[in-house]
Amino acid sequence: MSDDGAGDDGDAGSDGGDADGTGPTPTPVSDAGYDEWLDALAAGEGYALVCPDGHGSLPPRRICPDCGSDALSREPLAETGRVETFSVVHVPSPRFADDAPYVTAVVDLGPVRATGVLRGVEPEGDAVEVGLSVTAGVEERATDGEPLVAFRPDDGE
Amino acid sequence: MTDARVAGVGLTRFGSHADRAGRDLFATAAERAFEDAGVPREDVEELNYGNFMGALAEHQGHQAPLMAEAAGVRCPATRYESACASAGVAVREAVRTVAAGDADVVLAGGMERMTNLPTAEVTEGLAMAADDLFEVRSGVTFPGAYALMATAYFEAYGGERRDLAHVASKNHANALPNEYAQYRREVSVDEAMDAPPVAEPLHLYDACPITDGASALVVVSAEYAAEHDVDAPVAVAGTGQGTDRMALGDREHLARTPAADDAAEAAYAAAGVGPDDVDVAEVHDCFTIAEVLATESLGLFEVGEGVSAAREGITTADGDLPVNLSGGLKAKGHPVGATGGSQIAELTRLLRGDHPNSEHVPDAEVGVAHNAGGTVASAVVHVLEVAE
Ligand SMILES: [Zn+2]
Repeated sequence: MSDDGAGDDGDAGSDGGDADGTGPTPTPVSDAGYDEWLDALAAGEGYALVCPDGHGSLPPRRICPDCGSDALSREPLAETGRVETFSVVHVPSPRFADDAPYVTAVVDLGPVRATGVLRGVEPEGDAVEVGLSVTAGVEERATDGEPLVAFRPDDGE
Repeated sequence: MTDARVAGVGLTRFGSHADRAGRDLFATAAERAFEDAGVPREDVEELNYGNFMGALAEHQGHQAPLMAEAAGVRCPATRYESACASAGVAVREAVRTVAAGDADVVLAGGMERMTNLPTAEVTEGLAMAADDLFEVRSGVTFPGAYALMATAYFEAYGGERRDLAHVASKNHANALPNEYAQYRREVSVDEAMDAPPVAEPLHLYDACPITDGASALVVVSAEYAAEHDVDAPVAVAGTGQGTDRMALGDREHLARTPAADDAAEAAYAAAGVGPDDVDVAEVHDCFTIAEVLATESLGLFEVGEGVSAAREGITTADGDLPVNLSGGLKAKGHPVGATGGSQIAELTRLLRGDHPNSEHVPDAEVGVAHNAGGTVASAVVHVLEVAE
């Protein structure tokens, strides 16, 4: 959780104006909470927000979506996760045009599940199975280099 | 509680109307609904209109006043957005408004224009119904999300691609006589099996097409119908809605749709009926696996048993419980924001006996419609009954 004080309304600051006076430029969208989480995952320090009852969720969150508790604390994700379901995507959205075919998977990482692209396997239905043990990290989307939640088969190291 | 009746229904043909503006499509559906109802436009007290991606497809927000103009009604008009369940929630609010006695006549329905966009943009647009941060950025497409549910279903309960191919083949067969359907062409089980993959285990014929179209219903109170001598034999006896966590991965079970369980429970309770009373169903089969999940949430089959219903001939036109006699989203087409209204239109005609497939359900008295948004983070269920 962030250390936001009372009265904080989540204003992230910049309004994206063209400060250098050279005209409008596209402002990269930032999502406070989510960006921080992705950076942590990339650094091998992925976490979930967990309430006293043990419900896990992903940021940004101010209350537990399961029980409404506002006492959320950061808990580390499991070092390896289990593939709960997957699909080999052949028809991508434009942002994944050069990534296809790829495997998308939902992985149980302890306090939460996460959805990402499973790499290091052949993108074929027979090459993956539910129950596969994987690690989670952040890699680049082939199409445009944007960061992406990625899983790799756990090599046991 | 006042009894809400469907006085009239109107649809455009579903399919490609690439050169027609959305307002023109909705105008056609509304005109047909008024003609079917025999209710004058000036009696309409509210317009509830469903649309999902008009801002993307037509650069048009704030569509409700535009559609009120197009339909020729002058009354409070509101757009409802709940992804693929947009028209379902619009109809539900019409029913609630009439049932509460707040209006005697409400026009409800929806419109979606899709084929004017390149397929890649439609894919991107539909993905907006999923969680952008945690699903779309992770590569989840609309077919991909349902594929994740299909894999999870097969893993938990069994079933295989061929079971789903039977759902596709059934719904294509049902669409043959439906003049509003996009695909009036038979697809064999083998043809569906051999089609190219979209998001494994789902292949081309597991998926609904990209569709333009509009739907409109004239919903009236029973008192209004009696006073004005309007023939409205079909009542909306129950309505229910449910919500679930947005992202599939956050759900308790990856192969179930509790939002639809909740919607069904509420709709059945309001109607005073149960799953055993249902004679015919129109369900949200945006993908073949979705029909399976829908029929289980509606209680028509036990959890884990719905997958083989088409293959066993239970849900086919000549089966004990026909599902998607219209052709479903699968073959009739899925103009996203219009679909929920079109399901009620089809079911009304099936129950009135003037649908080309009414011959398969000659004694039907209770029908159920199931409309879902996203991966069923939103669900709306309506129970229709022959009232007189
Ligand atoms: Zn909690």
